[in-house]
Amino acid sequence: MNASTAVVLAEAPRRTARRLSSWPLIPLAILVAMLLIAIGADVLAPHNPEVGSLGMRFKPPVWQAGGSATYLLGTDHLGRDVLSRLLFGARVSLVVGFTAVIVAGILGVVLGITAGYMGGWVDEVIMRLTDTWLALPALTFAIFLAAVLGPSELNIIIVLSAIYWTRYARVIRGEVLSLKEREFVRLAVIAGCSRLTIMRRHILPNVLNSAIVLATLMLGVVVVTEAALSFLGVGVPPPKPAWGLMLADGKRGLMAGYWWLTVLPGLCIMFLVLAANLLGDWLRVKLDPQLRQL
Amino acid sequence: MREPLLELRGLSTHYESARGTRVTRAVDDVSLSLERGKTLGIVGESGSGKSTLALSIMRLLPTAARIVGGQIRFEGEDLLAKSPREMREIRGKRIAMILQDPMASLNPLFTVGDQVSESLRVHEGASRKTAWTRARGLLEAVRISAPAARMTEFPHQMSGGMRQRIVGAIAVACEPRLLIADEPTTSLDLTIQAQYLSLLRELQREHDLAMIFITHNLGIVAKMCDAVAVMYAGRVVEAGPIRQIFNKPAHPYTRALLDSVPRLTDDSHARLPAIDGQPPDPSAPPAGCAFHPRCPQALERCREQAPPSLTVAVAQTARCWLHVP
Amino acid sequence: MKRFVLRRLGYALVSLTLLSITIFVFVRLTGDPALLLVEPGASKADVDAVRERFGLDQPLVVQYGKFMNGLLRGDFGQSFYYRTPVLELYLSRLPNSLLLATVAMSFSLLIGIPTGILAAVRVNSWWDRAGRIFALLGLSLPSFWIGLVLILFFSVYLGWLPSSGSGTALHVLMPAFALGWYFAASHMRLTRSSMLDVLGAEYVKLARLKGLPESRVIAKHALKNALIPVLTLAGINLIIMINVAVVVETVFAWPGIGRLLYEGIAFRDFPIVQATVLLGGSMIVFVNLLVDVLYGMIDPRIRYER
Repeated sequence: MNASTAVVLAEAPRRTARRLSSWPLIPLAILVAMLLIAIGADVLAPHNPEVGSLGMRFKPPVWQAGGSATYLLGTDHLGRDVLSRLLFGARVSLVVGFTAVIVAGILGVVLGITAGYMGGWVDEVIMRLTDTWLALPALTFAIFLAAVLGPSELNIIIVLSAIYWTRYARVIRGEVLSLKEREFVRLAVIAGCSRLTIMRRHILPNVLNSAIVLATLMLGVVVVTEAALSFLGVGVPPPKPAWGLMLADGKRGLMAGYWWLTVLPGLCIMFLVLAANLLGDWLRVKLDPQLRQL
Repeated sequence: MREPLLELRGLSTHYESARGTRVTRAVDDVSLSLERGKTLGIVGESGSGKSTLALSIMRLLPTAARIVGGQIRFEGEDLLAKSPREMREIRGKRIAMILQDPMASLNPLFTVGDQVSESLRVHEGASRKTAWTRARGLLEAVRISAPAARMTEFPHQMSGGMRQRIVGAIAVACEPRLLIADEPTTSLDLTIQAQYLSLLRELQREHDLAMIFITHNLGIVAKMCDAVAVMYAGRVVEAGPIRQIFNKPAHPYTRALLDSVPRLTDDSHARLPAIDGQPPDPSAPPAGCAFHPRCPQALERCREQAPPSLTVAVAQTARCWLHVP
Repeated sequence: MKRFVLRRLGYALVSLTLLSITIFVFVRLTGDPALLLVEPGASKADVDAVRERFGLDQPLVVQYGKFMNGLLRGDFGQSFYYRTPVLELYLSRLPNSLLLATVAMSFSLLIGIPTGILAAVRVNSWWDRAGRIFALLGLSLPSFWIGLVLILFFSVYLGWLPSSGSGTALHVLMPAFALGWYFAASHMRLTRSSMLDVLGAEYVKLARLKGLPESRVIAKHALKNALIPVLTLAGINLIIMINVAVVVETVFAWPGIGRLLYEGIAFRDFPIVQATVLLGGSMIVFVNLLVDVLYGMIDPRIRYER
């Protein structure tokens, strides 16, 4: 094991509270709620998230002096309703997050299985590439890629997938290495199955558990990275309501004390990530308590 | 009559599950005694409570376990009345223990010399230099070649047999009176086992060391021990001098164990006699005598009442209703 | 030992080469790299000149040769905005980032390691549970958001700390805390799990059987073994910190390489962006190498591994 592996292995903890992770309902509820919000944002949002009335700028939330019930959570620097933007922002975060996690997962699992099972120089090449990319700081690399590709929702998904597949590849490859020695795989080899068949029918289903756990844990990381990218201006482009973008806009009003533009989007991010992490921890314990590599 | 070196009376150790719902009687009403310089073998299947018994004597049980009753007397002192500090002074110095896996027993980051001299520094206040020299002498005593060189090496650089000897050296460093060996040869190659056992016997003779030898291997018991206690489901079901037990086992379990050892003279086509059934779940043992579901001679009484320890011959006891006088 | 170092050195060189190839390929992947490599608002003549200079019409291998040639001579391009070589810019800002990262790392270790040890030694107690909640929060809160909230609190509401810039010790507190928070949680978790593993090991059991005092068992036998993965992680994390500090530096206008990168994006100054990735990645490869070698020195088993 070298140093970069230590980073990957360390980023996911190896022991979790029995109590904490026996509450899958709470994170699941949060995630489902966000999913529903994301789908039903058109119906739920009271205002148009992308257009605001300039006369209504910087209104505080309804419970503060100066707030009104029309804009429950206040407005931003362009007079846009914060609540509506938060609701639509859920859609952006979830779409980008889920897609990136799944695409990265497919890429990572395929490459991980190939590297682990084929061994030899295929393994060496893929692993060197993985290690190198793993070593690259995700954020810097993401910024670089985003700068090269240009800001758009699709590009961000591509960027995130290109970076995070390495997390899967390393772990899956490790699992495949030990799976290779198991009886049923050996029997398949003796029976004359082609390598592709073995990889597809015997290895793949057995690594899916780890892949799912990893995907759930990755969701949090991906969402935060996307928020950071949007905050810096190389993520989802305006006027689309991404939470990260809202934080960037919110910075303008920070010194003046317009706290709701900063605190509220951040809380949303926090809940989503928290839910993903909790669910991932619970899944890990549930699906395979022996998952040593995670 | 001289008082025995170690005496256990009615010792019971229970494990409690995290929620307090299940209580496992790992050690149940065990009474044993051991004289200076003698070897007692403790035999049983896994789950019979042998290791828990050893840890109970050392009073180094995991948090889920507790000694709930009985007495442990060592050199006339009550071990259960000792404070943690006093126990620490006894461990390693007056009672030593070696574990099954020598690789895992040694700290990978410290040299062999450091680990062997550690007890000397802690228990006897020896200076670094003195401890180092004495440690080297200890390595020689356990017949490790080139001991001076070995002192600065690390555990992973040695073979399994050598590591087990080092563990042995650590154990006898402070000249304890009693050595508890928990399956010390199980992870060694067969060829090394014999050498190691003879080393243990030599150490025993030189230092007037009493030994408790925990194993599931009857052959080793026959070679090494003066007396044997057979454990089943946390209880001692038979105990006595080695020859007597081997020649005339009183308990059906002991008999079955002895029968299941294959002999060269057996008919090569006959089936190996194995004991029917499985060892009981330690947290839910059968009522009455724990062995009755598997016993070929079980009586009605065995199902209802657990037999007490009955004397069946000179110095031999067995927990079996078959031997009620 | 020597063979071990040489082998690791070899790996590092391969990684660096792969890194340069990756960057190189990606820049050329996007259709017309000339548009990236040229100043915003340049005329067609300028674009052609750039194409000429980087040999963008020539076969890829030749281009790569030129690229590597430049890199090895220390030529990472010139910033459009600052009109100075990027390498110079980068190196001038690096100490600031290093300072920030060092303070943040100290924070994270000072908070993370003791809490982790405490949580492990008192497993499943209140300490442990509180520690785990703290860890979960730390890993779920984006660092830049923490920074923003800190500014809100300490600069806007309380007026105690300056909200941007650098210069005094007060300036570094908030950014270091925001940056270090995530890593404190990560270190705490790792220390805890590593310590738990070690406390359950046979050699710790034997140390207790030897009659060693508990304090010695923990401090000598358990700790050294348990801290190995933590310190490895910390070493790597230091450089990672420098690189992910982009957002925190932007929030606090801290003049480090993170903020430089932000300027690169904001002003569409591509040479800065490219150089930052290359240099950042190279730094990590070097640190990985260093940590591997150090690891090999502390843990004798590693030296003899394949």
